[in-house]
Amino acid sequence: MSDQPPASRESRAQVRQMLLIGAIASIVGIALALWIDWFPVPGSEQAGPIDTLWDVLLIASVPIFVLVETIVLYCAIKFRMRPGEELKDGPPIHGNTRLEIIWTAIPAILLVGLCTYAFLVLRDVEAKASDPVKVRVVGQQFAWTFYYRVGGKEVASPQLYVPINRQVEFTLQSKDVLHDFWVPSFRIKKDAVPGLNVTYRVTPNRLGEYAIVCAELCGLGHSTMRGTAHVLTQAAYDAQIKKLAAGPSQAPPAQGGANGKALFTSSGCNGCHTLKDAGASGTTGPDLDNVLKGKDPAFIKTSIVNPNAEIAQGFSAGIMPGNFGTTLSGAEIDALVKYLSDVTKGG
Amino acid sequence: MAARLRAPGIPRAGLFLVLGTLFCAGIVLAVRALYGFPIAKGGSGLDFTTATQNGILMLSLLIAPIWFLIGLGAFDYWFYWAAGKKTRPEDHSGHGARSWKDYFRVNTDHKVIGIQYVCTSFFFMLVGGLLAMMVRAELAAPGKQFVDADAYNGLFSVHASLMIFLFIIPVFAGLANFVLPLMIGAPDMAFPRLNALSFWMLPIAGIMMTCSFFAPGGSFATGWTAYAPLSTDAPIGQMFFTIGVQFAGASSIATALNFLVTIITMRAPGMSFWRMPLLVWANFSTSLLVVIATPFIAASQFFVLLDYALGFKFFVPERGGDVLMYQHVFWFYSHPAVYIMMLPGFGIISEVISVKSRKPIFGYRMMAFSLLAIVLLGFTVWAHHMFVSGMQDWIRIPMMVTTAIIAVPTGIKIFSWLATLWKGVLHLDTPMLWALGFLTMFTLGGISGVVLAMVPMDIYVSDTYFIVAHIHYVLYGGSLFTIYAGVYYWFPKMTGRMFDERLGKLHFWLTFVSFNATFGPMHLIGVEGMPRRVADYAEQFAGWNLFISLSSFVLGLSTLVFVYNMVASWRGGPRAVANPWRALTLEWQVSSPPPIFNFDNVPTVVGGPYEYGVPDAVHGIFKPAEEARPKLPAGAQSAEGHEGV
Repeated sequence: MSDQPPASRESRAQVRQMLLIGAIASIVGIALALWIDWFPVPGSEQAGPIDTLWDVLLIASVPIFVLVETIVLYCAIKFRMRPGEELKDGPPIHGNTRLEIIWTAIPAILLVGLCTYAFLVLRDVEAKASDPVKVRVVGQQFAWTFYYRVGGKEVASPQLYVPINRQVEFTLQSKDVLHDFWVPSFRIKKDAVPGLNVTYRVTPNRLGEYAIVCAELCGLGHSTMRGTAHVLTQAAYDAQIKKLAAGPSQAPPAQGGANGKALFTSSGCNGCHTLKDAGASGTTGPDLDNVLKGKDPAFIKTSIVNPNAEIAQGFSAGIMPGNFGTTLSGAEIDALVKYLSDVTKGG
Repeated sequence: MAARLRAPGIPRAGLFLVLGTLFCAGIVLAVRALYGFPIAKGGSGLDFTTATQNGILMLSLLIAPIWFLIGLGAFDYWFYWAAGKKTRPEDHSGHGARSWKDYFRVNTDHKVIGIQYVCTSFFFMLVGGLLAMMVRAELAAPGKQFVDADAYNGLFSVHASLMIFLFIIPVFAGLANFVLPLMIGAPDMAFPRLNALSFWMLPIAGIMMTCSFFAPGGSFATGWTAYAPLSTDAPIGQMFFTIGVQFAGASSIATALNFLVTIITMRAPGMSFWRMPLLVWANFSTSLLVVIATPFIAASQFFVLLDYALGFKFFVPERGGDVLMYQHVFWFYSHPAVYIMMLPGFGIISEVISVKSRKPIFGYRMMAFSLLAIVLLGFTVWAHHMFVSGMQDWIRIPMMVTTAIIAVPTGIKIFSWLATLWKGVLHLDTPMLWALGFLTMFTLGGISGVVLAMVPMDIYVSDTYFIVAHIHYVLYGGSLFTIYAGVYYWFPKMTGRMFDERLGKLHFWLTFVSFNATFGPMHLIGVEGMPRRVADYAEQFAGWNLFISLSSFVLGLSTLVFVYNMVASWRGGPRAVANPWRALTLEWQVSSPPPIFNFDNVPTVVGGPYEYGVPDAVHGIFKPAEEARPKLPAGAQSAEGHEGV
């Protein structure tokens, strides 16, 4: 370092002025960033540390962003070429070793600090409790099925039920392509990979219903691959599992149209199919008003349980989930068949 | 007509394309017949089965473009040479362009190739942009607007593939093709014929990807990432990506080799590595990345091709395949590819900021070293794209640390540019506005990159609109802003005309504002939980999506201002002087546009490239080397060697 050039006092004043502007802008920026309500409702114990990590990252990021913006704007205003300066050059400053060391070291320290904190958060959210509730999650184009082990056998459910305040271990599997099991309110997601058992754990801590989203592009119906996670009290959860285990025969006898119509929507058929009577306008699969016209109930039943048996003109096999035979009870399927047969009969 | 079909050129290329397709059809029919597979429906005739049709299509995609290139004349010289016929070593008939027709043939002049590259890539940028407009139109409201789910998946997949493989990567190669030999004082690239071949592989890849919309079953619809097994189980349109990428990749590798050899062997006398402009350093680093990494994406796509076409079962777990392997191989290229799409832009910004601030670049050597550091670190971070992929948990921590640390050399560059601005005399014209816009926007993209490096945060926001926001801040606010800076900066040199400064500024401000209005809110809806790559979304995101779509249409229109400015100025702009920016680097010391062999006298480099403000500083002089040698012996204290103020 050579001696301070004579203009250094003016230079210092400029730096001070800029730092002051930067500090004020940073405070405003941080306040604004923290004021925004970023996340969906937190629904698990894992949400807390992750949301806090986000806040910390905001607090660390805003000043750096503001610093760069302030310098750019300050230079653009203060050092812009004035009339008459067309041929003027700036001072030939080639570098400054001290400055370069500072702006290598400070970001490095900051980043290592953030990594350490992120590592602690990761350890925190992935801490394993003993005796978790185990759910096997199977993804297929384009539906989720949840399997619970009750007694010696496994029962399937199209919806996810978990008890509150107990750790749940999901084992993700896929029957076809990559999917990603994500409940935004729980904050954690992972891919369901063909050939692998991928696991993760969350501890739901808020009662209610939450959206399940497939976050990995899985084909035509990717945007319709949704589901619902129900967080229940332990008692309600036990009752629900018992009901699932007792089997589908317990379902109330089909009341013709009404029940079938409700099932059409609750099972997600409307996501992909068009059916005027149900107000459905999906286009991923065939228009049921057309393709089911005049078909007998047996055909409709086969098309639900084994969708690839016959494929409508212009559509491909393997698109419709093949798990409705497992996730719907016999009575439910019959109700659905009756409903579809009724509303498409007349044309 | 017969004579035109015999001479190299587009007509002969068309003929060869047809012959090549027939050749492929012949092979497929013969092989199917030998194996006893059915060829035609009903046993005979020309009503081929779907498998036969697909076989012919796939083989033609792979082989027929090579016939096209032969027809075009890209191999003529080498064939003559191999056949022992008389070649013409000093034949420069392939140099220079006298009419627009010369841009549609195999031309070995790096300046012509540079312009071919830039125009072709901007053409595909407009196609890709149009697809983006359609994506945003579909997303303007929840539910279905005008395309179905399959077409939607195709739109964003082709959009991303064109923008990455046909725009950002090649447009940088094009700018450097024009500028780099001039900057180092070379008469051309090291391998002019290879250079021409590299260029002509590019339209092949672009046309292939664009035409995938006409394939039975629609275009490829698996994203630009083409994850297996979705891609190995897709309609035939997928192959237009899988094979198209091979041509884009081969083009990239050949160009990178060409740059490396040119930079290493063809620098003017006196131009040591430490006197190279930073654009040359940036392309040197980029070329290293391309040469090492690009074969990996070629491999990943060949895996898909073999699985798809020949049932190799690389990605079928029941047969010992491994689904995650695809992602590892793919990202081992595609993460370095992010730097392939960024480092040349860093080079452009260094040129523009130094010239337009009238100051030497701050910390020249650290700028060069940080490029090399990014090259090295760039290979150690790929699995941060896979934090939720189901891979082994332990890999995440080292990848998080390397990903965060790569922000350090990037930060050094940002701070050095800021220090270059400090106390300069800032010419806030169009190239400089883009450079400053880049500084501000890329910083935001870099910061969201650090956020994404943090594993727990990434687990939450991966595959959401936060990622879409991040990649567009890096590739649009980052790469594309530097491309605009570079195109405006070298426009006078490339065309010999000046662009319209007022339209340039209008373009900048329109783009800058609508870019932020488009991609800024995506951070918000991403963290709120909107997944990416969906044709339909929950009602809660409707407001922001409408706002984003409207902003994106303004963004699309702002591009037309640029296109108009470029076309109109090229046709009728005022003549440009040799050195309108008073820059020191060598390309500005020759006429605009440069003479056909760049330098009438070989330049000799006697100082650093950025000695603005140093009284009487020169970078290169056009005298014989003996006279031009500087007073001080090489290695002694020279102007660019100063560290400290």
